[in-house]
Amino acid sequence: MKNRLKVLRAERDWTQADLAKALEVSRQTVNAIETGKYDPSLPLAFKISWLFEMPIENIFQADTAP
Amino acid sequence: MSNIKETSGDWQKRARIKIIQLAIWTGFWVITVAAAAFGPLLWGENNLINILVILLNLGVGIGMIIANINHLKNLDELMQKVQLEAMGISLGVAIVGGITFSMLDTTNVIPFDAEIGGLVALIGITYLISVYINVRRYK
Repeated sequence: MKNRLKVLRAERDWTQADLAKALEVSRQTVNAIETGKYDPSLPLAFKISWLFEMPIENIFQADTAP
Repeated sequence: MSNIKETSGDWQKRARIKIIQLAIWTGFWVITVAAAAFGPLLWGENNLINILVILLNLGVGIGMIIANINHLKNLDELMQKVQLEAMGISLGVAIVGGITFSMLDTTNVIPFDAEIGGLVALIGITYLISVYINVRRYK
Protein backbone atom coordinates (compact mmCIF):
# COMPACT_ATOMS: atom_id res chain seq x y z
CA MET A 1 0.00 0.00 0.00
CA LYS A 2 1.26 3.46 -0.91
CA ASN A 3 0.75 6.49 1.28
CA ARG A 4 1.34 10.26 1.33
CA LEU A 5 2.18 10.44 5.00
CA LYS A 6 5.68 11.85 4.54
CA VAL A 7 4.47 14.60 2.18
CA LEU A 8 1.52 15.54 4.39
CA ARG A 9 3.75 15.62 7.46
CA ALA A 10 6.33 17.78 5.69
CA GLU A 11 3.62 20.21 4.51
CA ARG A 12 2.70 20.80 8.15
CA ASP A 13 6.33 20.98 9.23
CA TRP A 14 5.86 18.14 11.71
CA THR A 15 8.71 15.83 12.64
CA GLN A 16 8.29 12.05 12.83
CA ALA A 17 8.53 12.42 16.61
CA ASP A 18 5.67 15.00 16.63
CA LEU A 19 3.48 12.71 14.56
CA ALA A 20 4.38 9.65 16.64
CA LYS A 21 3.42 11.48 19.83
CA ALA A 22 0.09 12.60 18.38
CA LEU A 23 -0.71 9.09 17.13
CA GLU A 24 0.52 7.45 20.36
CA VAL A 25 2.94 5.18 18.51
CA SER A 26 6.73 4.96 18.38
CA ARG A 27 8.77 7.06 15.93
CA GLN A 28 9.91 3.80 14.36
CA THR A 29 6.29 2.94 13.54
CA VAL A 30 5.78 6.30 11.79
CA ASN A 31 8.99 5.70 9.82
CA ALA A 32 7.94 2.13 8.90
CA ILE A 33 4.56 3.40 7.61
CA GLU A 34 6.18 6.25 5.63
CA THR A 35 8.68 3.92 3.98
CA GLY A 36 5.94 1.39 3.16
CA LYS A 37 7.47 -1.35 5.30
CA TYR A 38 4.38 -1.54 7.48
CA ASP A 39 0.69 -1.00 6.72
CA PRO A 40 -1.22 0.46 9.68
CA SER A 41 -4.33 -1.14 11.15
CA LEU A 42 -7.71 0.37 10.29
CA PRO A 43 -8.03 2.15 13.69
CA LEU A 44 -4.57 3.73 13.25
CA ALA A 45 -5.38 4.69 9.64
CA PHE A 46 -8.57 6.41 10.89
CA LYS A 47 -6.55 8.20 13.55
CA ILE A 48 -4.12 9.43 10.86
CA SER A 49 -7.09 10.52 8.75
CA TRP A 50 -8.57 12.43 11.70
CA LEU A 51 -5.24 14.06 12.47
CA PHE A 52 -4.70 15.29 8.90
CA GLU A 53 -8.39 16.15 8.54
CA MET A 54 -8.82 14.32 5.23
CA PRO A 55 -10.38 11.06 4.04
CA ILE A 56 -8.33 7.87 4.36
CA GLU A 57 -8.29 7.37 0.57
CA ASN A 58 -6.51 10.71 0.19
CA ILE A 59 -3.69 9.41 2.38
CA PHE A 60 -3.52 5.69 1.55
CA GLN A 61 -3.81 4.10 -1.89
CA ALA A 62 -3.86 0.40 -2.71
CA ASP A 63 -1.03 -0.87 -4.94
CA THR A 64 -3.56 -2.47 -7.28
CA ALA A 65 -7.17 -1.53 -7.99
CA PRO A 66 -9.69 -3.58 -5.93
CA MET B 1 4.89 24.52 12.40
CA SER B 2 1.12 24.17 12.31
CA ASN B 3 -0.50 22.95 15.50
CA ILE B 4 -0.83 19.23 15.90
CA LYS B 5 -4.00 17.89 17.48
CA GLU B 6 -3.72 16.71 21.07
CA THR B 7 -4.62 13.10 21.78
CA SER B 8 -5.68 11.39 24.97
CA GLY B 9 -2.44 11.33 26.93
CA ASP B 10 1.29 10.94 27.09
CA TRP B 11 1.70 7.48 25.59
CA GLN B 12 5.51 7.58 25.72
CA LYS B 13 5.49 8.37 29.44
CA ARG B 14 3.05 5.52 30.08
CA ALA B 15 5.22 3.13 28.02
CA ARG B 16 8.29 4.12 30.04
CA ILE B 17 6.47 3.48 33.33
CA LYS B 18 5.36 0.01 32.13
CA ILE B 19 8.95 -0.87 31.16
CA ILE B 20 10.25 0.25 34.57
CA GLN B 21 7.52 -1.78 36.33
CA LEU B 22 8.42 -4.85 34.28
CA ALA B 23 12.14 -4.36 35.05
CA ILE B 24 11.41 -4.11 38.79
CA TRP B 25 9.24 -7.26 38.79
CA THR B 26 11.88 -9.13 36.74
CA GLY B 27 14.62 -8.01 39.15
CA PHE B 28 12.59 -9.23 42.15
CA TRP B 29 11.89 -12.52 40.39
CA VAL B 30 15.60 -13.12 39.67
CA ILE B 31 16.38 -12.39 43.35
CA THR B 32 13.72 -14.87 44.54
CA VAL B 33 15.03 -17.52 42.09
CA ALA B 34 18.53 -17.03 43.54
CA ALA B 35 17.10 -17.19 47.07
CA ALA B 36 15.21 -20.43 46.31
CA ALA B 37 18.21 -22.01 44.55
CA PHE B 38 21.05 -20.96 46.83
CA GLY B 39 19.18 -20.17 50.07
CA PRO B 40 19.44 -23.75 51.42
CA LEU B 41 23.22 -23.22 51.57
CA LEU B 42 22.50 -20.61 54.27
CA TRP B 43 19.55 -22.04 56.18
CA GLY B 44 20.09 -25.74 55.44
CA GLU B 45 17.29 -28.17 54.69
CA ASN B 46 14.60 -26.26 56.55
CA ASN B 47 11.48 -27.31 54.65
CA LEU B 48 9.28 -24.51 55.97
CA ILE B 49 11.68 -21.77 54.83
CA ASN B 50 12.25 -23.49 51.49
CA ILE B 51 8.50 -23.79 50.85
CA LEU B 52 7.93 -20.14 51.81
CA VAL B 53 10.75 -18.93 49.53
CA ILE B 54 9.48 -21.06 46.63
CA LEU B 55 5.92 -19.74 47.17
CA LEU B 56 7.32 -16.20 47.24
CA ASN B 57 9.15 -16.95 43.97
CA LEU B 58 5.91 -18.25 42.44
CA GLY B 59 3.96 -15.17 43.60
CA VAL B 60 6.57 -12.73 42.29
CA GLY B 61 6.67 -14.76 39.03
CA ILE B 62 2.93 -14.27 38.60
CA GLY B 63 3.43 -10.54 39.25
CA MET B 64 6.14 -10.48 36.58
CA ILE B 65 3.83 -12.17 34.05
CA ILE B 66 1.07 -9.62 34.75
CA ALA B 67 3.60 -6.76 34.41
CA ASN B 68 4.71 -8.24 31.08
CA ILE B 69 1.10 -8.46 29.84
CA ASN B 70 0.52 -4.81 30.83
CA HIS B 71 3.75 -3.83 29.05
CA LEU B 72 2.73 -5.67 25.86
CA LYS B 73 -0.77 -4.14 25.90
CA ASN B 74 0.76 -0.68 26.06
CA LEU B 75 3.06 -1.21 23.07
CA ASP B 76 2.01 0.27 19.73
CA GLU B 77 0.73 -2.08 17.01
CA LEU B 78 4.06 -2.48 15.18
CA MET B 79 5.93 -3.31 18.37
CA GLN B 80 3.17 -5.77 19.34
CA LYS B 81 3.64 -7.45 15.95
CA VAL B 82 7.42 -7.63 16.51
CA GLN B 83 6.90 -9.16 19.96
CA LEU B 84 4.25 -11.61 18.75
CA GLU B 85 6.51 -12.92 15.98
CA ALA B 86 9.48 -13.22 18.37
CA MET B 87 7.38 -15.05 20.97
CA GLY B 88 5.92 -17.38 18.31
CA ILE B 89 9.39 -18.32 17.06
CA SER B 90 10.64 -18.77 20.65
CA LEU B 91 7.70 -21.04 21.50
CA GLY B 92 8.30 -23.15 18.39
CA VAL B 93 12.02 -23.45 19.11
CA ALA B 94 11.25 -24.29 22.77
CA ILE B 95 8.91 -27.16 21.84
CA VAL B 96 11.00 -28.61 19.02
CA GLY B 97 14.36 -27.97 20.72
CA GLY B 98 13.10 -29.13 24.12
CA ILE B 99 11.77 -32.45 22.84
CA THR B 100 14.93 -33.08 20.78
CA PHE B 101 17.10 -32.26 23.79
CA SER B 102 15.01 -34.58 26.00
CA MET B 103 15.22 -37.45 23.48
CA LEU B 104 18.99 -37.04 23.23
CA ASP B 105 19.07 -37.50 27.00
CA THR B 106 16.66 -40.47 27.26
CA THR B 107 18.47 -42.34 24.46
CA ASN B 108 21.82 -41.58 26.14
CA VAL B 109 23.21 -39.92 23.03
CA ILE B 110 24.48 -37.05 25.19
CA PRO B 111 26.59 -37.91 28.25
CA PHE B 112 24.79 -35.43 30.55
CA ASP B 113 21.23 -34.75 31.77
CA ALA B 114 18.95 -32.44 29.74
CA GLU B 115 18.59 -29.65 32.30
CA ILE B 116 15.75 -27.12 32.12
CA GLY B 117 18.38 -24.33 32.30
CA GLY B 118 19.58 -25.24 28.81
CA LEU B 119 16.06 -24.88 27.44
CA VAL B 120 15.51 -21.55 29.20
CA ALA B 121 18.78 -20.23 27.73
CA LEU B 122 17.74 -21.42 24.25
CA ILE B 123 14.35 -19.66 24.55
CA GLY B 124 15.98 -16.46 25.80
CA ILE B 125 18.60 -16.36 23.03
CA THR B 126 16.00 -17.19 20.34
CA TYR B 127 13.68 -14.44 21.62
CA LEU B 128 16.45 -11.81 21.70
CA ILE B 129 17.68 -12.67 18.19
CA SER B 130 14.08 -12.65 16.84
CA VAL B 131 13.31 -9.24 18.37
CA TYR B 132 16.59 -7.83 17.00
CA ILE B 133 15.93 -9.14 13.48
CA ASN B 134 12.31 -7.91 13.48
CA VAL B 135 13.21 -4.45 14.77
CA ARG B 136 15.91 -4.18 12.06
CA ARG B 137 13.41 -5.32 9.43
CA TYR B 138 11.05 -2.40 10.08
CA LYS B 139 13.79 0.26 10.46
